[in-house]
Amino acid sequence: MLMGRTFGRPERLRMSFKQFINEMEKLGVNSIGIVLLISFFIGAVITIQIKLNIESPFMPRWTVGYVTREIMLLEFSSAIMCLILAGKVGSNIASEIGTMRVTQQIDALEIMGINSANYLILPKIAAMVTAIPVLVTFSIFAGIVGAFCSCWFLGIMSAVDLEYGLQYMFVEWFIWSGIIKSFFFAFIIASVSAFFGYTVEGGSIEVGKASTDSVVTSSVLILFADLVLTKLLMG
Amino acid sequence: MIELKGLWKSFEKKDVLKDINAIFENGKTNLIIGQSGSGKTVLMKCIVGLLTPEKGELLYDDRNFLTMGKKEKKIIRREMGMIFQSAALFDSMTVLENVMFPLNMFSNDTLRNRTRQAMFCLDRVNLTEAQYKYPGEISGGMQKRVAIARAIALKPQYLFCDEPNSGLDPKTSLVIDELIHDITTEYNMTTLINTHDMNSVIGIGEKIIYIYEGYKEWEGSKEDIFTSSNQKLNDFIFASDLFRKVKEVEVRNIEG
Repeated sequence: MLMGRTFGRPERLRMSFKQFINEMEKLGVNSIGIVLLISFFIGAVITIQIKLNIESPFMPRWTVGYVTREIMLLEFSSAIMCLILAGKVGSNIASEIGTMRVTQQIDALEIMGINSANYLILPKIAAMVTAIPVLVTFSIFAGIVGAFCSCWFLGIMSAVDLEYGLQYMFVEWFIWSGIIKSFFFAFIIASVSAFFGYTVEGGSIEVGKASTDSVVTSSVLILFADLVLTKLLMG
Repeated sequence: MIELKGLWKSFEKKDVLKDINAIFENGKTNLIIGQSGSGKTVLMKCIVGLLTPEKGELLYDDRNFLTMGKKEKKIIRREMGMIFQSAALFDSMTVLENVMFPLNMFSNDTLRNRTRQAMFCLDRVNLTEAQYKYPGEISGGMQKRVAIARAIALKPQYLFCDEPNSGLDPKTSLVIDELIHDITTEYNMTTLINTHDMNSVIGIGEKIIYIYEGYKEWEGSKEDIFTSSNQKLNDFIFASDLFRKVKEVEVRNIEG
């Protein structure tokens, strides 16, 4: 029912677009830093771990680059990054809308004759679905830069071997599948968190609980969706 | 004019409002009073459409709000302004943006005219100097005044105030009361105030209904209160020594 109200026609397109731009900044642009930071270090750490754990005279030297690329493209930059964003962005959405509910700001919108679900939730979903695929792309690049940095600055292996492994048997579809998955994950994060925030009743304790519940639920749903989507896209 | 006919509302089979009948007239400050838990907030929420009564009629100038379609409800909602107990200002917007919000949503005027109208409303509540501040940066009394400015931005026909004085000092409460009363007269609005502030009752209560355990126990004006023999009303209004003394003086004045 809430989704039905959310996807109605906006009252004023100009106002909804303004909201969309604000949400893009708040949920997307403000997450770039954390995405780059985490992806950079994870890329570096994966390279080190793979190098240390599977090094063998029988394994080709490019294996490290190859495995690092596959992990980053297939799972980390899409699913794991979205799990992290479910914590950061999801809790933000749930607590913001929840606080608006308990402080009667949503009632104020309703009394003005504004479809509050449409005005508050739709721009968040649209912003997330637009921003997260971009963040996933940034994450892939940051992870690869991290992998190279582990070679250049820690001397873990030759950067040339890493580069060869990164390019070895590259399948472009893996990037697209990560981006396609991220659309679904973005929708899950925004809609689940908004639902928990919008349906809060009570005070600050309930807002806190809604925030936690939204993160847990969207994380579980992301994992399930990841399983189904991986089977559909790669299977 | 707002007319309530046989309004009933219940939660989990417990009747909270029982057969409420009342008429709230234009250009008057109509007060709904009652103890905490008596059902006055539920009544207000039913009137503004945040809750739906099980039975009865709710007429906005002879238009039944409970049976009309979504489009007609939207039209009536645009004729409403509401001041919430917590002011309910949008935290992420400045004072000016808050007042401009309903104009930006519903007015087809130019930005210049919308800004002018918002500034006029802020000027009406003496808050032009706070236009660039955020709600978190101003006092509770100022927040209530911004809420009034926002509520009147679209020149509504109906103004609803849910405990507008809660959390305010007596002097600020008086300012808010006078402001609501003046605006009601100026715009010839139907104003409903939900309160248990006796200063408001005695100060601006042109029409008062007293809700007791979900029933409309009494109705009258602020003058009638002093001469009423309704025991439940007297127990509620004149619970404090101060108001008992006020009553004695008023009764003496009326008799003298």
